Amino acid sequence: MSYLKNYPEIENEIIKCMRCGNCQAVCPLYKETKSEGAVARGKVKLADAVLKGELQYTKDLAKIFETCLTCKACAANCPCGVQPDKIVLAARAKLVKERGLPFIKSVIFKGLSSPGLFKTGMALGAKTQGLFFKQTDKGMSPRYPVSGLELRRVLPKLADRSFLSTAAEVNKVDKPKMRVAFFTGCTTNFIYPQVGEALLKVMKHNNVEVVVPKKQHCCGVPVLLHGDAETATEMARSHVNIFSKLDVDAIITVCGTCGESFSKHYPELLKDDPEYGEKAEKLAEKTYDFAQFLIDVIKIDKTALKPVNKTVTYHIPCHIGRGMNAGSQQIELITSIPGIKYNPLKQPDRCCGGAGSFSLTHYDLSYQVLKHKLEDVKSTGADILVTGCGSCRMQLTDGIAQEDLPQTVKHTVELLAEAY
Amino acid sequence: MSKQQAIEALEKALGKENVITKHEDLVTYSFDATPDLPNPLPDVVVTPTCTEDVVKVVNIAREHKMPIYPRGSGTNLSGGTIPLEGGIVLSTLKMNKILEIDADNLVAVVQPGVIIQDLNNAVAPHGLIYPPDPGTVSTATMGGSVSECSGGLRGLKYGVTKHYVMGLEVVLADGQVARFGGKTVKNVTAYDLVKLFTGAEGTLGIITEIIVRLIPAPEARASMLATFDKLEDAGNAIKGIIANKVIPATLEIMDQATIRTVENFAKVGLPTDARAILLIEVDGIPEVVEKEAEKVVNVVKENNGKIKKAKDDKEREDLWAARRAALPALAQLKPTTVLEDATVPRSKITEMLVAIEEIAQKYNLNIGTFGHAGDGNLHPTILTDARDKEEMERVHKAVDDIFKKALELGGTLSGEHGIGMAKARFLKWELGESGIDVLRKIKNALDPEGILNPGKMVSN
Repeated sequence: MSYLKNYPEIENEIIKCMRCGNCQAVCPLYKETKSEGAVARGKVKLADAVLKGELQYTKDLAKIFETCLTCKACAANCPCGVQPDKIVLAARAKLVKERGLPFIKSVIFKGLSSPGLFKTGMALGAKTQGLFFKQTDKGMSPRYPVSGLELRRVLPKLADRSFLSTAAEVNKVDKPKMRVAFFTGCTTNFIYPQVGEALLKVMKHNNVEVVVPKKQHCCGVPVLLHGDAETATEMARSHVNIFSKLDVDAIITVCGTCGESFSKHYPELLKDDPEYGEKAEKLAEKTYDFAQFLIDVIKIDKTALKPVNKTVTYHIPCHIGRGMNAGSQQIELITSIPGIKYNPLKQPDRCCGGAGSFSLTHYDLSYQVLKHKLEDVKSTGADILVTGCGSCRMQLTDGIAQEDLPQTVKHTVELLAEAY
Repeated sequence: MSKQQAIEALEKALGKENVITKHEDLVTYSFDATPDLPNPLPDVVVTPTCTEDVVKVVNIAREHKMPIYPRGSGTNLSGGTIPLEGGIVLSTLKMNKILEIDADNLVAVVQPGVIIQDLNNAVAPHGLIYPPDPGTVSTATMGGSVSECSGGLRGLKYGVTKHYVMGLEVVLADGQVARFGGKTVKNVTAYDLVKLFTGAEGTLGIITEIIVRLIPAPEARASMLATFDKLEDAGNAIKGIIANKVIPATLEIMDQATIRTVENFAKVGLPTDARAILLIEVDGIPEVVEKEAEKVVNVVKENNGKIKKAKDDKEREDLWAARRAALPALAQLKPTTVLEDATVPRSKITEMLVAIEEIAQKYNLNIGTFGHAGDGNLHPTILTDARDKEEMERVHKAVDDIFKKALELGGTLSGEHGIGMAKARFLKWELGESGIDVLRKIKNALDPEGILNPGKMVSN
């Protein structure tokens, strides 16, 4: 049974931990807080105490399990192969089951899980955002304190029209090499539609036909990360329905978290479901980050790329690098573009602190983590900070605006599209 | 009632932000990296930011008769930081400043919460290194490693932590602050109290400042991997290298069980039919390194070994990857990993390895052995499952046998992990009643009320 639904299943993960503390060396939150509760082995110990019945589900326990970026740095550095992010997710799921979601979250998740409602809300948001947010040079800043948002936070403007409302459902090419389905994800759909457009352009130049299923919605990982495994499962089922019907060679994503939803979370959430489990596995097998698809699957023709004369650096999103193992392919794409001067970050795979809504619920801590990334970016002297995830992009854009840095932030696929 | 008063006094003295009392948080300070030990909860965790804070904590603890357990990163393998009798866990992590790097005198002055690797990174631009490099170099604190006197891979040539501690500031159990040693190479003023507090495992005082010796970074190094079909040949090669007046920085050994596990796990191209491999690294001035590497190659060949020398950094990395994979690979086999550090004179390495294999057979246990052959410090690693009570009993018996054998060969209980809770019961085997009596007298003199890390090493 899935570890997300049956907590004792996680016991095998917990017992693997030998409490060596190697996670301390890489945990961005531990580095800021120096608290054993912040780092993986502390959380493993707590999960163990819960399992043994030595600890109850309390508000304070929930707070500790909320204090995790799910950046997977601990998992990558663990000598015993423990995946603490799984333990954190399982614990959050269990806490939600025992205690329920906080009211605000349950309203938001209801919206996310109901595609129509969410889309209407976001469309309304795009039209009315001027009422609540004031326009600044670098983006939008909340006019009034909104729950979870800080006044100083610069948020990107919602797109006037979402990507899904404008993109064609089928994007044909003359001699298609392959046919793929594009899962856009929320940040591309609602905030950065130019990323979706860039992807269509790149695929067109590579003779790949792209289907953009109009019924797709939020991948559900934000909901899952907050412990609502039940709602996440419903969302997974819905996407399995939508994408299984399509006759495509691959599903491509432009966000690591969205990619992982198809490649890891859906099969896990649905594995006990006889009807959906197998379908989810099949989808998982053909899910790729767009960079993996271009480099590994169709072996992109690099000679077709035109020069882009810019100095760039690249932030590896946690779920692109440690999640999808697509970090090196993204970098390969960037460095394949003639004229690009690539100045790598000293720690390209260190989490930016964004972690989806973590940056809203834990703004100060998130910003402390971000500061290390900004220092690193500053020292590269790059014109453009490239990254492969909309959520990181929001976080990085915020920091760059706050610190008044000269860099602009772009998605890898946007940079690549400029080379055609 | 008294506990609550103590907590209030601590909050008043250090500020609420430096006093942790929530039950869930306390659970995360109930353990360290040592397996198979009780994990009782402390009553409170404090995070002092300066020596004065530590003095305040000690005074409050004494007044309320609460024990204090100094703690760095909690990565030790002796149970050294477990709050056995409840009380106050004193975390040094907020005292993490590098106070001075004095390149003229080749010393650094640090607070106890500094991470070892951070010190190394800070001294690297001066062309210097701080040689002790325990496996936890990127997580362990200076205070913790001085208190446990940790070792590492370079012990043979460079020694262990105690060879680099030149001076200490310590808060004593009566609340006094004392300083010993200093920046001078020569210092024979009075008893060698720097050595007394180094490796004292927090039972005699709380270290609040450390002066350490630095050395110039070696200019060059050569790394080699030697494989042997017979354990005896490997043992003789170790002796032969030293007999040829070569002192490698690193001289590591892996037994067959470890080789096979590592290869299965990491696929680094190790010969799975070899009985033992040695990983050898010599360092220093380029000309000397070249000459020494040549001698090593000859000794290995004379002892029927095959040897591969890393041609560049990439190849060196590959060789090291095998050594680094040893513990992770072993640890992944079974849920519980009992890592010991029995140590014997270098000349007895072969005998000890054979004995460990026999012990593994006798108790039907999975034991992989790797370690620092050059300094006789082996890490027999027992792979087990703490949930299996019957097997754990066999594990305990095997551990007893391993220590008995190490002592029989003229060795010691602990090469680098310390005694703490984990090995306190074996202490009399090595020190005898008279030796333990000396420990007890020292403990009674410096901590008569037994408030400093009680239950570790020796009791009042």
